Formats: sequence, structure tokens, C-alpha cells
Amino acid sequence: MKLITHNMLTSNILKGVTKGYPLKIHPIKVENTTVDFNRDFIRRILQRIEYDTLRGAVIDLGLKETLPAVMSETMQQDEGFLIRIHKVLLEYEVKEGELVCPETGRKFPICQGIPNMLL
Amino acid sequence: MASKRPEHQGPPDIFYNEEEARKYSQNTHIIDVQTKLSERAIELLNLPDEESCLVLDIGCGSGLSGEVLTELGHQWFGLDISTAMLDVAQEREVEGELVLGDIGYGMPFRAGSFDGAISISALQWLCQADKSCHNPVKRLYKFFSTLYSCLARGARAVLQFYPETPTHVDMITQQAMKAGFTGGLVVDYPNSTRAKKMFLCLFAGGQVQQLPKGLTGEEGSEDVPTQARFDRERQRYKDLRGKSLKKSRTWILEKKDRWRNKGREVRPDSKYTARRRPKPF
Repeated sequence: MKLITHNMLTSNILKGVTKGYPLKIHPIKVENTTVDFNRDFIRRILQRIEYDTLRGAVIDLGLKETLPAVMSETMQQDEGFLIRIHKVLLEYEVKEGELVCPETGRKFPICQGIPNMLL
Repeated sequence: MASKRPEHQGPPDIFYNEEEARKYSQNTHIIDVQTKLSERAIELLNLPDEESCLVLDIGCGSGLSGEVLTELGHQWFGLDISTAMLDVAQEREVEGELVLGDIGYGMPFRAGSFDGAISISALQWLCQADKSCHNPVKRLYKFFSTLYSCLARGARAVLQFYPETPTHVDMITQQAMKAGFTGGLVVDYPNSTRAKKMFLCLFAGGQVQQLPKGLTGEEGSEDVPTQARFDRERQRYKDLRGKSLKKSRTWILEKKDRWRNKGREVRPDSKYTARRRPKPF
């Protein structure tokens, strides 16, 4: 599971959960791969990313990359920033671990990189 | 006689075991059919050109449809209930992100996440109640309502499925409309039993969109005029029921041919054959 997936995933399929976002990550094994940089896609997806969730996930995973506290309009044009977002979003993959619902505390296991959202 | 439909043989998470899943990476016929369906579904999805979009693949299985998306330069998320199928997808090293989940419980995604959604031959599974707590109508409604919310405004969802009965089609479209979608059914090759394919083409809000037309297999061929042709000449019904008008030139030529075939003595055809004679006084 890449962080882009984590940014989109919620646990609102659980009964009684209204938001279920953001899910907390308990990583066990994290892998780093290289993915081709696609500038247009990153710029497009940046409009849709919850930036605070992404920062939280970076801290949860204990990554070396750091993201500035707030994202401003000018930074979205900055090539270096886009590459950093690309790295964080697409290059780190949680292979084993758990996702935890913030409201109920229910755990969703991640096995071989696939989050199990079955109830 | 036992039914051939896979939905009747068991729930999808059990039916698609290792053996069944392997077919989806080895059987070239299955791969071919799935790829063609995906191409058509993506065509109906009408994504903006030259842009990399985020697409949800519902019931992605081994990621055959996802590979088509990757080829077209889109990023995708795949959701499936079968672990064995997702394992095959990982073996094939598909580009998309895979999530294990039951679509009948809803989409576990945040609102407005995707630019579009496709689904190849998955929806019919929702019409079955595999557990006593399953209610197909409720599960379909849950599926469509959560799908609606996880799509961006104006995005499309194209869901190809094999309905078992016309009631299933009604049930599925009704629940989709109830969830707020507009759009409807697009049927390709409606007159063929085997080639007939149903696509539920849904629009999630946005401005009013025109429902695309289904293929008929006659694309590219010349348009057959539907109106009567205007003609100055008076039409004689020469070829009525395959026979020529009696005493006409063609009738005489045909008759001479028949006689010749019988071996009778016939004068050769010339430009004077069947010429009108002058009226006698």
C-alpha cells in the first residue's frame, strides 16, 4: 500500500462510523521503490490530496523525507516540491502492517502490500 | 441441469480460488475478452485526453483491465474480494494499487477521490445473496451510494455486467438511480446473443451528459437511407416476387433461355427481340 492509497482510504464502511478518516498506520515493513515521475499527474492529484493526512502518514512511517507544515500556491509550481510529493506518495510502500480506524479502533491488516478492508 | 453461471457456484471470494485465478493469467481467450471489454469501457468513460487520471477498477481481479488503463497512461486503484485473484495481480506486477474489500459493504474511499470508475463483469455478483445476512437490493444501494460519493463531480462510472434475468437489470439500474446517478444502459451488439454486451454508463452529477450509443457492428459501413428515394421515372414492378412482368423484354429473354435449356429451337437474342410492333389499322 502506497501513501496515495492511504490518503484515499476511509473506514466509513463500518457501521456507526461517519468519517473514519484519516486511518492511522502501524507499519511493520516498509519498502522503497523507484517510480517514474509524472509531473502532470502529481499536479493534478495534488488538488485532491489531504495534505495534513499525508504529513501524518510520513510521520507514522518515520520517513526521512520531510514536508513543510503548510502547502502554499507557489509551492505547487515548484519542481523540487513536486518531486518530493511524488516520492512520498508513490515510492514508499507499506508491505506489512495495520490500518486503525480512528473512531472505533478496528484494525485492518495489510498483507503483502494489500490492505484488507473486508468486514 | 447445473447452471453454468459462476455466481451460482459459490460466493466470489471462494469461487475465485488459486485454480480459477490462474486462468486469468494464462487463458488467452479470457485475457482477450477482458481486454476488449476494458477498452470499450474506458472509451465510454470519456476521460479527458492527454491527461493522467485516477480511475477506480471495481472487481479488478488479476488486473487485466488495469493494464489497459496503465497503457493509456492512467493511474488506477483496484478493489476485489478475492485474495487469490489479487495475488495473481501482484505476480503480474500490475502498476495499480490493490485493495481487498467487498463492494457490497461500500467503497472504502474518501469523497471525490476518483476521475472515473470501471468494472468488468463484477456487478452480477451483487445480485446473489451468499450469506443469510445479504440482501441484494440493499447491497446494491450501498454500493452505488458509496460509489457516487467517492467519484468527482461530473465523473462517469462504466460498469459492464452479465445480467442473469431482465429483473436483475431493473434492480441494478433502479438502485443506481436511487443513489443519485444519471445515465443508463448502453447495449453493444443488441441483436447478437454472444457478442451482446451491457454497459451501465452512470454520471455522477455535473452538467447533463448525453448517453453514448451502443455499437451495432454496422459502424463504418455506408448509411442505409431510411426514407423513400425520390424518382422522376415511374417505377414498374418488374421484379415482383422474382418474376418479370409478363410480355416484357426481360420476361421474353428469360422464357427464351428456359426454352434453350430444354433444347428447343429458339431464335438468337438481338436488339430487335421483344420489339413493340406497329399497331395495325
